Amino acid sequence: MNKARKEKIVFALLSLSALAVIVPVAAVIYLLVSRGAPAISWSFLTEMPRHAMREGGILPALVGTACLMIGTVIFAVPVGVCAAIYLTEYAGQNAFTRLVRLAIVNLAGVPSIVFGLFGFGLFVLFLHFGKCILAGSLTLALMVLPVVITAAEEALLTVPKSFRDGSLALGATKWQTIWRIVLPNSAAGILTGVILGMGRAIGETAPIMFTAAAFYLPRLPSSAFDDCMALPYQLYVMSTEMFNPSAKMQWGTALVLLMLVLGMSLIAAVIRNRFRRRRAW
Amino acid sequence: MVTETAPEEAMDAANGNSGLISISGLSLYYGSFQALRGIGIDMAGRAITALIGPSGCGKSTFLRCLNRMNDLIPGVRVEGRITLDGVDILDPAIDVVELRKRVGMVFQQPNPFPKSIFDNVAYGPRIHGVTNRAELEDIVEESLVRAALWTEVKDDLRKSAMTLSGGQQQRLCIARVLAVKPEVVLMDEPCSALDPISTLRIEELMQTLKNDYTIVIVTHNMQQAARVSDFTGFFLTGELIEFDQSTVIFTRPKDKRTEDYVTGRFG
Amino acid sequence: MHTALDETGSLAESLTRKRRGGWKDSLVARFIFLNGIAAIVAVALIFVFLLKEAIPLFKTVSLWRFLSGTTWLPDQNQFGLVPLLIGSLFVTVGAVIIAVPLGIACAVYLAEVAPRPVREILKPTIEVLAGIPSVVIGFIGLMIAAPFIQNLFRLPIGLTALTGSIMLAFMSMPTIISISEDAIVAVPKSYRDGSLALGASRWETIRGVVVPAARSGIIAACMLGVGRAVGETMTVLMVTGNASNLPNGLLGVPAYFFGPVRTMTATVALEMGDTVQNSPHYYALFAVGLALFAITFAVNLVADLALRRTRH
Repeated sequence: MNKARKEKIVFALLSLSALAVIVPVAAVIYLLVSRGAPAISWSFLTEMPRHAMREGGILPALVGTACLMIGTVIFAVPVGVCAAIYLTEYAGQNAFTRLVRLAIVNLAGVPSIVFGLFGFGLFVLFLHFGKCILAGSLTLALMVLPVVITAAEEALLTVPKSFRDGSLALGATKWQTIWRIVLPNSAAGILTGVILGMGRAIGETAPIMFTAAAFYLPRLPSSAFDDCMALPYQLYVMSTEMFNPSAKMQWGTALVLLMLVLGMSLIAAVIRNRFRRRRAW
Repeated sequence: MVTETAPEEAMDAANGNSGLISISGLSLYYGSFQALRGIGIDMAGRAITALIGPSGCGKSTFLRCLNRMNDLIPGVRVEGRITLDGVDILDPAIDVVELRKRVGMVFQQPNPFPKSIFDNVAYGPRIHGVTNRAELEDIVEESLVRAALWTEVKDDLRKSAMTLSGGQQQRLCIARVLAVKPEVVLMDEPCSALDPISTLRIEELMQTLKNDYTIVIVTHNMQQAARVSDFTGFFLTGELIEFDQSTVIFTRPKDKRTEDYVTGRFG
Repeated sequence: MHTALDETGSLAESLTRKRRGGWKDSLVARFIFLNGIAAIVAVALIFVFLLKEAIPLFKTVSLWRFLSGTTWLPDQNQFGLVPLLIGSLFVTVGAVIIAVPLGIACAVYLAEVAPRPVREILKPTIEVLAGIPSVVIGFIGLMIAAPFIQNLFRLPIGLTALTGSIMLAFMSMPTIISISEDAIVAVPKSYRDGSLALGASRWETIRGVVVPAARSGIIAACMLGVGRAVGETMTVLMVTGNASNLPNGLLGVPAYFFGPVRTMTATVALEMGDTVQNSPHYYALFAVGLALFAITFAVNLVADLALRRTRH
């Protein structure tokens, strides 16, 4: 068999590997849409659940997820953006900076259940916050921090050095340069990172299992110290611990969750592309 | 509306600000590599001094010492003395931010901010505390006039600076520097990215500017140095070989190396 | 006209006078620095806290017994890590066996072979796969994959290590693919040109020059994929059956693989809700968490070192 034919065969086999990605994704989406869409209706999204999650809607779970998301953003974004500013504008090229980056990489690799364990032990028990949105948000914020830092750093680095030099040469201080030149011109990229982080936070179950989420709370949370329902936890309990669950509710919840997460990724991608195209430099 | 220069000159004279730059024993190291060796010059105020020499000879590095932009590069060590109007600007106790207000810099690649023309020029005054809108408008107009750009942009100052041509952008950068009212303007090969016509306009501009500012320009274009400058310094591998009036450097240089460079035998 | 810019007096005065508001700069720098080290503080805090809550276990159960014990029965105060370790190990190895060849092949395809329109579809698809929440993958595994495997292999129950491996493979693949692809794309064009100019075919170039040159990055990608698999919680919780078994000797390995197992991650998730604070069970779960932290930390450290080498 000559080289050309062999190469054709090999390349065809390689292309099959692409199917290993495309087919499952297509299957998941198809399954969720076909089985979950019938469940989705205005009442499904706006009603409270009844009969221990066998009927009704997912409103408290949606609200709870939203609260957790907001809380995560409040804690993760300021710290993450400032940490990225530190890395790009203040840190030198030395061993300490390498240590910081190593910590970020490792924080990104910590298993989600370890975050849950840590959050439970520290926020819920040790600091006596109890199981609540605050504890869940703090735990999720910790988990999402590396995502925000990495995306923000990337955005900050797209601002050319010549802008910073120009500003400093006019007698601006470092902070004035960051605040007036660097940050405004990297805002879109930072926003992308925040949205990606939010998408990540929405879908995580293990960090909130013991820190914030309750299974059946047919009321909306009224303060940061309340526990709440959340979509991913709901899906988990409905699938594993409920006796005689409603398949419609399960698939419907799964579909809503997936759409929320993918929706965030889409928004982030759109912002990233628009920013890239409209960049003036 | 151009403000009178007389009151400013009187103020400068009263304050002893003559723009005289005095350098002695200046050496600079990038880590263990010595980029500048014992430079010593006196550069006159209200005049144009050109620095010439082949690539990599240290003239840009030297220029950046004058507004301490080299401080931003990690691993740089500077020895020697640079005085501006008698004040040693290498002293760690002095305020570098204020120094850069007094000693402005125009870069090789025009680097306007992605803002409007107005906001570009107003950037400097704003960061130094000017907030009054009327004041800012006056400063912006005056700076653009001095930079010979006013007539071309006055109809729409809110246009983005990135829509200007290369030559216009560079004049905008000059206006931006002038807006903070420096005493010295450093120019690092300001025309090398521009076409000949823009280059000519900027050279004409320099002749008017030198009445009010001390100008130090680095250039690899010898004809430009000969046209434009009052004094010229020739650099070679980190050393200042010769420094004299430009007419002397370009017609009867004292050092053979200067003569070789100026007549094009190398470089 | 005199403005704020003119009121500066003589040069010497203005340069040596302390700038009003200069203290603001150092305050800001300090604040930024504190945030900069947030990641270090977080990792250290997690480690210290886990340690603090795990150590009391070793007053009643020795470290050796914890690490080598082969029974995990909290009700009887038996806290042996081995069944959990083996469970995690099998599921992870299974996932790696599936995901690594497929992932590398897909990365090579994406970087070297795929035509532009295919790339435009494939790359977003990979990102979508990466974004699917683990609980949704676990849900699909539970509802679709487990019954399928149960029927296919005629097993008593479809919640097995095998099922977990398959679902985990899907979750690790995006990581392996994108980091491997980055490594392959980073190989300089001059290497490829040199090989092609010698008369090698595209495939020979890929196999003989490009992939070996990207070796460190690909290895790092696989290690990060392993790290992802070891640390995954929800998927394995939902599809591996959570029976704390052990293989019956070497010959019992296949049966073990086709049966329910329990991973470290699932154990913590499953049992944390039921424990009494400050009971041995509580400490034991933190000890498992600590073990997880140590393992993923080590894996990520090695992967990071390998990635760092590719950049130089």
